[in-house]
Amino acid sequence: MTAQGLKCRECGAEYALEALYVCERCFGPLEVAYRQDRRLSVAERRRRIQSGPQNIWRYSDFLPLAGGPPGPSSRRTSRAGLPAGCTPLVRADRLAAELGLGEVWVKNDTANPTHSFKDRVVSVAAARARELGFEALACASTGNLANSVAAHGAALGMDAYVFIPADLEEQKVLATGVYGGKVVAVRGNYDDVNRLCTELSAEREDWAFVNINLRPYYAEGSKTIAFEVAEQLGWRIPDRVVVPIASGSQFTKIAKGFEEWRRVGLLEGELPRMNGAQAEGCSPVATAFAAGHDVCRPVKPDTIAKSLAIGNPADGPYALELARRTEGGIDAVSDDEIRAGIALLARTTGIFTETAGGVTTATLAKLAARGDIGPEETVVLVITGDGLKTLDAVRGSFSTYEIDASVEDFTANVQGAHPIGATR
Amino acid sequence: MAVTVKIPTQLRPATGGAAETQVEGTTVREVLDSLFEHHVELRDRISDDGGALRRFVNVYVGGEDIRFMDGLETPVADGAEVTILPAVAGG
Repeated sequence: MTAQGLKCRECGAEYALEALYVCERCFGPLEVAYRQDRRLSVAERRRRIQSGPQNIWRYSDFLPLAGGPPGPSSRRTSRAGLPAGCTPLVRADRLAAELGLGEVWVKNDTANPTHSFKDRVVSVAAARARELGFEALACASTGNLANSVAAHGAALGMDAYVFIPADLEEQKVLATGVYGGKVVAVRGNYDDVNRLCTELSAEREDWAFVNINLRPYYAEGSKTIAFEVAEQLGWRIPDRVVVPIASGSQFTKIAKGFEEWRRVGLLEGELPRMNGAQAEGCSPVATAFAAGHDVCRPVKPDTIAKSLAIGNPADGPYALELARRTEGGIDAVSDDEIRAGIALLARTTGIFTETAGGVTTATLAKLAARGDIGPEETVVLVITGDGLKTLDAVRGSFSTYEIDASVEDFTANVQGAHPIGATR
Repeated sequence: MAVTVKIPTQLRPATGGAAETQVEGTTVREVLDSLFEHHVELRDRISDDGGALRRFVNVYVGGEDIRFMDGLETPVADGAEVTILPAVAGG
Protein backbone atom coordinates (compact mmCIF):
# COMPACT_ATOMS: atom_id res chain seq x y z
CA MET A 1 0.00 0.00 0.00
CA THR A 2 1.17 3.51 -0.80
CA ALA A 3 -0.28 6.65 0.75
CA GLN A 4 -1.86 8.57 -2.08
CA GLY A 5 -3.57 11.46 -0.33
CA LEU A 6 -5.68 12.70 2.55
CA LYS A 7 -9.41 12.12 2.43
CA CYS A 8 -12.25 13.58 4.49
CA ARG A 9 -14.01 10.89 6.54
CA GLU A 10 -17.26 12.81 6.33
CA CYS A 11 -17.62 14.09 2.76
CA GLY A 12 -14.81 12.30 0.88
CA ALA A 13 -13.05 15.47 -0.32
CA GLU A 14 -9.42 14.77 -1.23
CA TYR A 15 -6.27 16.67 -0.30
CA ALA A 16 -2.52 16.36 -0.86
CA LEU A 17 -0.32 14.57 1.72
CA GLU A 18 0.54 17.77 3.59
CA ALA A 19 0.21 19.08 7.15
CA LEU A 20 -3.59 19.27 6.99
CA TYR A 21 -6.11 17.72 9.33
CA VAL A 22 -9.50 19.32 8.69
CA CYS A 23 -11.68 19.29 5.60
CA GLU A 24 -12.14 22.86 4.36
CA ARG A 25 -15.57 21.97 3.00
CA CYS A 26 -17.28 20.32 5.97
CA PHE A 27 -14.75 20.46 8.87
CA GLY A 28 -14.61 16.65 9.00
CA PRO A 29 -11.35 14.91 9.98
CA LEU A 30 -8.87 13.96 7.27
CA GLU A 31 -7.48 10.44 7.07
CA VAL A 32 -4.68 8.94 4.99
CA ALA A 33 -5.94 7.10 1.89
CA TYR A 34 -3.83 4.33 0.38
CA ARG A 35 -3.50 2.83 -3.03
CA GLN A 36 -2.83 -0.86 -3.51
CA ASP A 37 -0.33 -0.44 -6.26
CA ARG A 38 1.28 -3.86 -6.22
CA ARG A 39 -0.23 -7.28 -6.28
CA LEU A 40 1.93 -9.07 -3.74
CA SER A 41 1.19 -12.57 -2.56
CA VAL A 42 0.38 -13.09 1.10
CA ALA A 43 3.65 -14.98 1.56
CA GLU A 44 5.57 -12.10 0.01
CA ARG A 45 3.84 -9.53 2.21
CA ARG A 46 4.68 -11.60 5.31
CA ARG A 47 8.29 -11.94 4.21
CA ARG A 48 8.62 -8.19 3.76
CA ILE A 49 7.32 -7.67 7.30
CA GLN A 50 9.39 -10.42 8.89
CA SER A 51 12.62 -9.23 7.30
CA GLY A 52 12.07 -5.76 8.74
CA PRO A 53 13.51 -4.33 11.95
CA GLN A 54 12.20 -5.11 15.44
CA ASN A 55 10.18 -1.91 15.62
CA ILE A 56 7.14 -0.36 13.95
CA TRP A 57 9.05 0.25 10.71
CA ARG A 58 8.64 -3.45 9.87
CA TYR A 59 5.11 -2.34 8.93
CA SER A 60 6.28 0.50 6.65
CA ASP A 61 4.24 -0.93 3.78
CA PHE A 62 1.16 0.13 5.77
CA LEU A 63 2.37 3.50 7.10
CA PRO A 64 2.11 6.92 5.43
CA LEU A 65 5.73 7.81 4.74
CA ALA A 66 6.80 8.80 1.26
CA GLY A 67 10.38 7.64 1.64
CA GLY A 68 9.80 4.28 3.35
CA PRO A 69 11.34 3.61 6.76
CA PRO A 70 13.24 6.65 8.03
CA GLY A 71 17.01 6.54 8.35
CA PRO A 72 20.14 7.63 6.59
CA SER A 73 20.15 4.74 4.15
CA SER A 74 16.42 4.17 3.94
CA ARG A 75 17.13 0.47 4.25
CA ARG A 76 14.54 -1.82 5.75
CA THR A 77 16.68 -2.18 8.84
CA SER A 78 16.19 1.44 9.93
CA ARG A 79 16.88 2.12 13.57
CA ALA A 80 16.88 5.89 13.18
CA GLY A 81 15.23 8.20 15.68
CA LEU A 82 13.66 6.53 18.68
CA PRO A 83 12.32 3.20 17.45
CA ALA A 84 9.03 2.19 19.01
CA GLY A 85 6.89 -0.91 19.06
CA CYS A 86 7.49 -4.64 18.97
CA THR A 87 6.39 -4.73 22.59
CA PRO A 88 5.62 -8.09 24.26
CA LEU A 89 2.28 -9.84 23.97
CA VAL A 90 2.10 -11.70 27.25
CA ARG A 91 -0.18 -14.65 27.93
CA ALA A 92 -1.95 -13.79 31.20
CA ASP A 93 -3.24 -17.13 32.50
CA ARG A 94 -3.34 -16.08 36.14
CA LEU A 95 -5.37 -12.99 35.27
CA ALA A 96 -7.69 -15.11 33.11
CA ALA A 97 -8.15 -17.64 35.93
CA GLU A 98 -8.98 -14.94 38.45
CA LEU A 99 -11.63 -13.50 36.12
CA GLY A 100 -12.96 -16.91 35.06
CA LEU A 101 -11.90 -16.38 31.44
CA GLY A 102 -10.26 -18.73 28.94
CA GLU A 103 -7.47 -16.99 27.05
CA VAL A 104 -6.28 -13.49 27.92
CA TRP A 105 -3.24 -11.72 26.47
CA VAL A 106 -1.72 -8.45 27.62
CA LYS A 107 -0.24 -6.19 24.95
CA ASN A 108 2.41 -4.60 27.13
CA ASP A 109 2.94 -1.20 25.55
CA THR A 110 4.67 0.08 28.66
CA ALA A 111 7.76 -1.44 26.97
CA ASN A 112 8.15 1.49 24.57
CA PRO A 113 11.05 3.98 24.77
CA THR A 114 9.08 6.50 26.85
CA HIS A 115 6.88 3.81 28.40
CA SER A 116 3.61 4.37 26.57
CA PHE A 117 1.96 3.62 23.22
CA LYS A 118 2.41 7.27 22.28
CA ASP A 119 5.88 6.46 20.90
CA ARG A 120 4.17 4.65 18.02
CA VAL A 121 2.13 7.63 16.91
CA VAL A 122 4.88 10.15 17.53
CA SER A 123 7.40 8.08 15.54
CA VAL A 124 5.15 8.23 12.51
CA ALA A 125 4.23 11.90 12.96
CA ALA A 126 7.85 12.93 13.54
CA ALA A 127 9.09 11.00 10.52
CA ARG A 128 6.40 12.58 8.36
CA ALA A 129 7.18 16.03 9.85
CA ARG A 130 10.80 15.51 8.79
CA GLU A 131 9.71 14.59 5.27
CA LEU A 132 7.58 17.74 5.10
CA GLY A 133 10.53 19.89 6.20
CA PHE A 134 9.43 20.83 9.73
CA GLU A 135 12.14 21.57 12.29
CA ALA A 136 10.03 21.71 15.44
CA LEU A 137 7.63 19.25 17.05
CA ALA A 138 4.79 20.32 19.31
CA CYS A 139 1.76 18.78 20.99
CA ALA A 140 -1.18 19.19 23.33
CA SER A 141 -0.77 16.43 25.87
CA THR A 142 -2.23 14.70 28.89
CA GLY A 143 1.32 13.59 29.73
CA ASN A 144 2.33 10.48 27.84
CA LEU A 145 2.44 12.35 24.56
CA ALA A 146 4.52 15.07 26.22
CA ASN A 147 7.14 12.48 27.22
CA SER A 148 7.22 11.04 23.75
CA VAL A 149 7.35 14.29 21.78
CA ALA A 150 10.14 15.65 23.97
CA ALA A 151 12.12 12.41 23.58
CA HIS A 152 11.62 12.16 19.83
CA GLY A 153 12.64 15.81 19.49
CA ALA A 154 15.86 14.98 21.34
CA ALA A 155 16.52 11.85 19.27
CA LEU A 156 15.93 13.60 15.96
CA GLY A 157 17.54 16.94 16.86
CA MET A 158 14.25 18.83 16.51
CA ASP A 159 12.99 21.52 18.89
CA ALA A 160 10.07 20.34 21.01
CA TYR A 161 7.26 22.42 22.50
CA VAL A 162 4.89 20.51 24.73
CA PHE A 163 1.71 21.94 26.21
CA ILE A 164 0.21 20.20 29.24
CA PRO A 165 -2.53 20.92 31.79
CA ALA A 166 -0.96 22.62 34.84
CA ASP A 167 -2.27 19.94 37.25
CA LEU A 168 -0.51 17.02 35.55
CA GLU A 169 1.19 14.29 37.62
CA GLU A 170 4.71 15.35 38.65
CA GLN A 171 6.26 12.15 37.24
CA LYS A 172 5.02 13.01 33.77
CA VAL A 173 6.30 16.58 33.96
CA LEU A 174 9.75 15.46 35.14
CA ALA A 175 9.95 12.74 32.48
CA THR A 176 9.27 15.38 29.84
CA GLY A 177 11.54 18.22 30.92
CA VAL A 178 14.57 15.94 31.18
CA TYR A 179 14.78 15.70 27.37
CA GLY A 180 15.38 19.42 27.02
CA GLY A 181 12.29 20.63 25.18
CA LYS A 182 10.11 23.53 26.27
CA VAL A 183 7.37 22.45 28.68
CA VAL A 184 4.42 24.82 28.89
CA ALA A 185 1.93 24.19 31.71
CA VAL A 186 -1.41 25.74 30.80
CA ARG A 187 -3.84 26.76 33.53
CA GLY A 188 -6.85 24.69 32.52
CA ASN A 189 -7.77 21.12 31.60
CA TYR A 190 -6.69 19.13 28.54
CA ASP A 191 -9.52 20.49 26.43
CA ASP A 192 -8.33 24.04 27.19
CA VAL A 193 -4.78 23.04 26.22
CA ASN A 194 -6.09 21.48 23.04
CA ARG A 195 -8.11 24.59 22.12
CA LEU A 196 -5.04 26.78 22.68
CA CYS A 197 -2.86 24.49 20.55
CA THR A 198 -5.47 24.34 17.79
CA GLU A 199 -5.33 28.15 17.66
CA LEU A 200 -1.53 28.18 17.93
CA SER A 201 -1.14 25.69 15.09
CA ALA A 202 -2.68 28.28 12.78
CA GLU A 203 -0.23 30.95 13.97
CA ARG A 204 2.87 28.73 13.99
CA GLU A 205 2.75 27.04 10.64
CA ASP A 206 6.42 26.10 11.01
CA TRP A 207 5.60 23.79 13.94
CA ALA A 208 4.46 20.22 13.50
CA PHE A 209 1.79 19.75 16.17
CA VAL A 210 1.83 15.97 16.08
CA ASN A 211 -1.80 15.58 17.18
CA ILE A 212 -3.20 18.59 15.35
CA ASN A 213 -1.82 19.50 11.92
CA LEU A 214 0.01 16.14 11.65
CA ARG A 215 -2.91 14.22 13.15
CA PRO A 216 -3.75 12.10 10.08
CA TYR A 217 -0.20 10.65 10.06
CA TYR A 218 0.07 10.44 13.85
CA ALA A 219 -3.16 8.47 14.17
CA GLU A 220 -1.94 5.86 11.67
CA GLY A 221 0.78 4.86 14.15
CA SER A 222 -1.81 3.17 16.37
CA LYS A 223 -2.54 0.62 13.65
CA THR A 224 0.81 -0.97 14.51
CA ILE A 225 -0.72 -2.30 17.76
CA ALA A 226 -3.13 -4.38 15.68
CA PHE A 227 -0.36 -5.47 13.30
CA GLU A 228 1.83 -6.64 16.18
CA VAL A 229 -0.97 -8.43 18.01
CA ALA A 230 -1.95 -10.28 14.84
CA GLU A 231 1.64 -11.21 14.01
CA GLN A 232 2.36 -12.28 17.61
CA LEU A 233 -0.76 -14.47 17.67
CA GLY A 234 0.48 -16.25 14.54
CA TRP A 235 -1.34 -14.12 11.90
CA ARG A 236 -4.62 -14.38 13.72
CA ILE A 237 -7.34 -11.87 14.70
CA PRO A 238 -8.31 -12.10 18.38
CA ASP A 239 -11.99 -12.39 19.29
CA ARG A 240 -12.02 -9.30 21.48
CA VAL A 241 -9.77 -6.33 22.20
CA VAL A 242 -10.14 -4.08 25.23
CA VAL A 243 -8.69 -0.60 24.70
CA PRO A 244 -8.82 2.61 26.74
CA ILE A 245 -10.60 5.57 25.13
CA ALA A 246 -9.50 9.18 25.50
CA SER A 247 -10.03 10.85 22.10
CA GLY A 248 -11.04 7.49 20.59
CA SER A 249 -8.27 7.63 17.99
CA GLN A 250 -6.32 4.59 19.15
CA PHE A 251 -9.51 2.56 19.56
CA THR A 252 -10.60 3.17 15.96
CA LYS A 253 -7.14 2.81 14.45
CA ILE A 254 -6.55 -0.61 16.03
CA ALA A 255 -9.65 -1.82 14.21
CA LYS A 256 -8.42 -0.13 11.02
CA GLY A 257 -5.16 -2.08 11.32
CA PHE A 258 -6.95 -5.44 11.42
CA GLU A 259 -9.23 -4.30 8.61
CA GLU A 260 -6.36 -3.31 6.30
CA TRP A 261 -4.61 -6.63 6.82
CA ARG A 262 -7.83 -8.47 6.11
CA ARG A 263 -8.21 -6.54 2.87
CA VAL A 264 -4.77 -7.58 1.61
CA GLY A 265 -5.26 -11.18 2.73
CA LEU A 266 -2.78 -11.18 5.61
CA LEU A 267 -5.61 -12.02 8.01
CA GLU A 268 -8.91 -13.82 7.74
CA GLY A 269 -12.08 -13.70 9.79
CA GLU A 270 -14.21 -11.12 11.49
CA LEU A 271 -13.01 -7.95 13.16
CA PRO A 272 -12.63 -8.42 16.92
CA ARG A 273 -15.36 -7.18 19.22
CA MET A 274 -14.00 -3.78 20.21
CA ASN A 275 -14.49 -2.86 23.86
CA GLY A 276 -13.65 0.70 24.90
CA ALA A 277 -12.74 1.64 28.46
CA GLN A 278 -13.27 5.02 30.13
CA ALA A 279 -13.14 6.41 33.65
CA GLU A 280 -16.49 7.42 35.14
CA GLY A 281 -15.01 10.85 35.88
CA CYS A 282 -14.53 11.41 32.15
CA SER A 283 -16.83 9.15 30.18
CA PRO A 284 -18.43 11.12 27.34
CA VAL A 285 -18.10 8.20 24.92
CA ALA A 286 -19.35 5.51 27.35
CA THR A 287 -22.29 7.77 28.26
CA ALA A 288 -23.21 8.30 24.60
CA PHE A 289 -22.88 4.56 23.96
CA ALA A 290 -25.25 3.71 26.82
CA ALA A 291 -27.74 6.36 25.70
CA GLY A 292 -27.70 5.22 22.07
CA HIS A 293 -26.38 8.59 20.83
CA ASP A 294 -24.07 8.90 17.84
CA VAL A 295 -22.27 12.02 19.07
CA CYS A 296 -20.71 12.78 22.46
CA ARG A 297 -21.68 15.57 24.78
CA PRO A 298 -18.46 17.03 26.20
CA VAL A 299 -17.76 16.82 29.95
CA LYS A 300 -15.41 18.44 32.47
CA PRO A 301 -13.04 15.63 33.51
CA ASP A 302 -12.59 14.67 37.15
CA THR A 303 -10.69 11.38 37.43
CA ILE A 304 -7.36 9.95 38.56
CA ALA A 305 -6.94 8.61 34.99
CA LYS A 306 -5.49 11.88 33.72
CA SER A 307 -4.06 10.38 30.56
CA LEU A 308 -7.66 9.63 29.51
CA ALA A 309 -9.06 12.96 30.70
CA ILE A 310 -10.30 14.29 27.38
CA GLY A 311 -13.76 15.73 27.90
CA ASN A 312 -14.29 16.55 24.23
CA PRO A 313 -13.18 13.44 22.31
CA ALA A 314 -12.42 14.15 18.65
CA ASP A 315 -13.03 10.60 17.44
CA GLY A 316 -15.99 9.94 19.73
CA PRO A 317 -18.54 9.45 16.91
CA TYR A 318 -16.29 6.92 15.16
CA ALA A 319 -15.56 5.05 18.39
CA LEU A 320 -19.32 4.72 19.01
CA GLU A 321 -19.93 3.49 15.49
CA LEU A 322 -17.12 0.93 15.76
CA ALA A 323 -18.19 -0.46 19.14
CA ARG A 324 -21.72 -0.97 17.82
CA ARG A 325 -20.66 -2.42 14.47
CA THR A 326 -18.39 -5.03 16.07
CA GLU A 327 -20.88 -5.87 18.84
CA GLY A 328 -18.42 -4.74 21.45
CA GLY A 329 -19.19 -1.91 23.84
CA ILE A 330 -17.87 1.04 25.82
CA ASP A 331 -17.89 0.94 29.62
CA ALA A 332 -16.85 3.26 32.41
CA VAL A 333 -15.27 2.38 35.77
CA SER A 334 -14.86 4.34 39.01
CA ASP A 335 -11.59 5.63 40.45
CA ASP A 336 -11.68 2.84 43.09
CA GLU A 337 -12.16 0.25 40.36
CA ILE A 338 -9.20 1.81 38.50
CA ARG A 339 -6.95 1.38 41.56
CA ALA A 340 -8.19 -2.19 41.94
CA GLY A 341 -7.51 -2.77 38.24
CA ILE A 342 -3.91 -1.61 38.59
CA ALA A 343 -3.44 -3.96 41.57
CA LEU A 344 -5.13 -6.88 39.79
CA LEU A 345 -2.91 -6.61 36.72
CA ALA A 346 0.23 -6.19 38.83
CA ARG A 347 -0.39 -9.16 41.13
CA THR A 348 -1.49 -11.56 38.39
CA THR A 349 0.89 -10.65 35.54
CA GLY A 350 3.84 -8.73 37.00
CA ILE A 351 2.97 -5.76 34.80
CA PHE A 352 2.63 -2.41 36.53
CA THR A 353 0.42 -0.02 34.61
CA GLU A 354 -0.56 3.59 35.00
CA THR A 355 -4.15 4.64 35.72
CA ALA A 356 -5.21 4.24 32.06
CA GLY A 357 -4.26 0.55 32.25
CA GLY A 358 -6.20 0.35 35.50
CA VAL A 359 -9.23 1.58 33.55
CA THR A 360 -8.69 -1.07 30.88
CA THR A 361 -8.12 -3.92 33.35
CA ALA A 362 -11.11 -2.88 35.46
CA THR A 363 -13.25 -2.81 32.33
CA LEU A 364 -12.12 -6.33 31.42
CA ALA A 365 -13.05 -7.44 34.95
CA LYS A 366 -16.45 -5.79 34.57
CA LEU A 367 -17.12 -7.51 31.23
CA ALA A 368 -16.08 -10.84 32.75
CA ALA A 369 -18.28 -10.39 35.82
CA ARG A 370 -21.22 -9.48 33.61
CA GLY A 371 -20.76 -12.68 31.61
CA ASP A 372 -20.16 -10.79 28.35
CA ILE A 373 -17.06 -12.81 27.44
CA GLY A 374 -17.38 -16.37 26.17
CA PRO A 375 -15.12 -19.15 27.55
CA GLU A 376 -13.59 -19.83 24.12
CA GLU A 377 -12.68 -16.22 23.37
CA THR A 378 -9.15 -14.97 22.77
CA VAL A 379 -9.09 -11.59 24.52
CA VAL A 380 -6.36 -8.95 24.19
CA LEU A 381 -5.99 -6.29 26.86
CA VAL A 382 -4.10 -3.24 25.57
CA ILE A 383 -1.96 -1.78 28.37
CA THR A 384 -0.88 1.61 27.10
CA GLY A 385 1.31 3.14 29.81
CA ASP A 386 3.69 2.40 32.69
CA GLY A 387 2.74 2.53 36.38
CA LEU A 388 5.84 4.56 37.21
CA LYS A 389 4.10 7.50 35.53
CA THR A 390 1.28 7.65 38.11
CA LEU A 391 2.79 6.45 41.38
CA ASP A 392 0.29 8.41 43.46
CA ALA A 393 -2.42 5.98 42.39
CA VAL A 394 -0.86 3.16 44.42
CA ARG A 395 0.46 5.17 47.34
CA GLY A 396 -0.87 3.75 50.61
CA SER A 397 -2.33 0.66 48.94
CA PHE A 398 -0.07 -1.76 50.82
CA SER A 399 2.16 -1.95 53.91
CA THR A 400 5.82 -2.67 54.42
CA TYR A 401 7.75 -3.92 57.44
CA GLU A 402 10.48 -1.87 59.06
CA ILE A 403 12.93 -3.76 61.24
CA ASP A 404 16.42 -3.56 62.74
CA ALA A 405 19.06 -5.48 60.83
CA SER A 406 18.80 -8.53 63.08
CA VAL A 407 17.35 -11.99 62.64
CA GLU A 408 15.58 -11.64 65.99
CA ASP A 409 13.81 -8.50 64.94
CA PHE A 410 12.88 -10.04 61.59
CA THR A 411 11.46 -13.16 63.23
CA ALA A 412 9.65 -11.20 65.87
CA ASN A 413 8.09 -8.66 63.55
CA VAL A 414 7.79 -9.98 60.01
CA GLN A 415 6.83 -13.54 60.71
CA GLY A 416 4.32 -12.24 63.19
CA ALA A 417 3.12 -10.15 60.26
CA HIS A 418 2.61 -6.89 62.05
CA PRO A 419 2.77 -4.19 59.42
CA ILE A 420 4.37 -1.02 60.68
CA GLY A 421 2.99 2.05 58.97
CA ALA A 422 2.07 2.50 55.36
CA THR A 423 4.60 3.05 52.64
CA ARG A 424 5.39 6.61 51.88
CA MET B 1 -23.61 45.26 19.73
CA ALA B 2 -20.20 44.40 18.31
CA VAL B 3 -18.79 40.93 18.80
CA THR B 4 -15.44 39.67 17.53
CA VAL B 5 -15.53 36.30 15.75
CA LYS B 6 -12.21 34.50 15.35
CA ILE B 7 -12.03 32.54 12.12
CA PRO B 8 -9.93 29.35 11.87
CA THR B 9 -7.39 29.06 9.04
CA GLN B 10 -9.51 26.45 7.25
CA LEU B 11 -12.36 28.98 6.84
CA ARG B 12 -10.30 32.04 5.95
CA PRO B 13 -10.64 31.49 2.20
CA ALA B 14 -14.35 32.22 2.76
CA THR B 15 -13.63 35.48 4.62
CA GLY B 16 -11.18 36.88 2.12
CA GLY B 17 -8.32 35.79 4.37
CA ALA B 18 -9.52 37.67 7.47
CA ALA B 19 -8.55 36.00 10.77
CA GLU B 20 -11.28 37.81 12.67
CA THR B 21 -14.33 39.85 11.90
CA GLN B 22 -16.77 42.14 13.74
CA VAL B 23 -20.44 41.20 13.71
CA GLU B 24 -23.63 41.90 15.68
CA GLY B 25 -25.75 39.68 17.91
CA THR B 26 -26.76 38.87 21.48
CA THR B 27 -26.74 35.05 21.18
CA VAL B 28 -24.43 32.64 19.39
CA ARG B 29 -27.18 31.99 16.84
CA GLU B 30 -27.54 35.72 16.08
CA VAL B 31 -23.78 36.16 15.91
CA LEU B 32 -23.46 33.30 13.43
CA ASP B 33 -26.40 34.57 11.34
CA SER B 34 -24.77 37.98 11.18
CA LEU B 35 -21.47 36.30 10.23
CA PHE B 36 -23.22 34.34 7.44
CA GLU B 37 -24.73 37.59 6.07
CA HIS B 38 -21.24 39.03 5.71
CA HIS B 39 -19.70 35.80 4.39
CA VAL B 40 -22.35 33.72 2.64
CA GLU B 41 -20.07 30.75 1.99
CA LEU B 42 -19.53 30.11 5.70
CA ARG B 43 -23.07 28.92 6.33
CA ASP B 44 -22.65 25.66 4.44
CA ARG B 45 -19.24 25.05 5.90
CA ILE B 46 -20.21 25.07 9.55
CA SER B 47 -23.98 24.51 9.60
CA ASP B 48 -25.90 21.44 8.49
CA ASP B 49 -29.14 21.53 6.50
CA GLY B 50 -31.23 21.90 9.67
CA GLY B 51 -29.29 24.96 10.83
CA ALA B 52 -27.45 23.10 13.61
CA LEU B 53 -23.67 23.16 13.86
CA ARG B 54 -21.91 20.38 11.97
CA ARG B 55 -20.64 17.71 14.35
CA PHE B 56 -16.96 18.54 13.92
CA VAL B 57 -17.33 22.27 14.63
CA ASN B 58 -16.61 23.68 18.09
CA VAL B 59 -17.74 27.17 19.07
CA TYR B 60 -16.45 28.97 22.16
CA VAL B 61 -17.64 32.17 23.86
CA GLY B 62 -14.88 33.72 25.95
CA GLY B 63 -12.97 30.43 25.76
CA GLU B 64 -15.88 28.27 27.01
CA ASP B 65 -17.43 25.59 24.79
CA ILE B 66 -21.05 26.58 24.07
CA ARG B 67 -22.13 22.97 24.70
CA PHE B 68 -21.41 23.62 28.39
CA MET B 69 -23.77 26.61 28.20
CA ASP B 70 -26.94 27.00 26.14
CA GLY B 71 -25.63 25.91 22.76
CA LEU B 72 -26.69 28.26 19.98
CA GLU B 73 -28.85 30.19 22.47
CA THR B 74 -25.83 31.02 24.65
CA PRO B 75 -25.85 34.77 25.35
CA VAL B 76 -23.00 36.82 23.93
CA ALA B 77 -22.11 40.07 25.69
CA ASP B 78 -21.08 43.23 23.89
CA GLY B 79 -17.36 43.09 23.15
CA ALA B 80 -17.17 39.31 23.69
CA GLU B 81 -15.00 37.03 21.60
CA VAL B 82 -16.52 34.07 19.75
CA THR B 83 -14.05 31.45 18.49
CA ILE B 84 -14.80 28.84 15.84
CA LEU B 85 -12.42 25.85 15.80
CA PRO B 86 -12.23 22.40 14.24
CA ALA B 87 -13.20 19.66 16.71
CA VAL B 88 -10.91 16.98 15.36
CA ALA B 89 -7.66 18.04 17.04
CA GLY B 90 -5.91 16.35 19.91
CA GLY B 91 -5.86 13.03 21.66
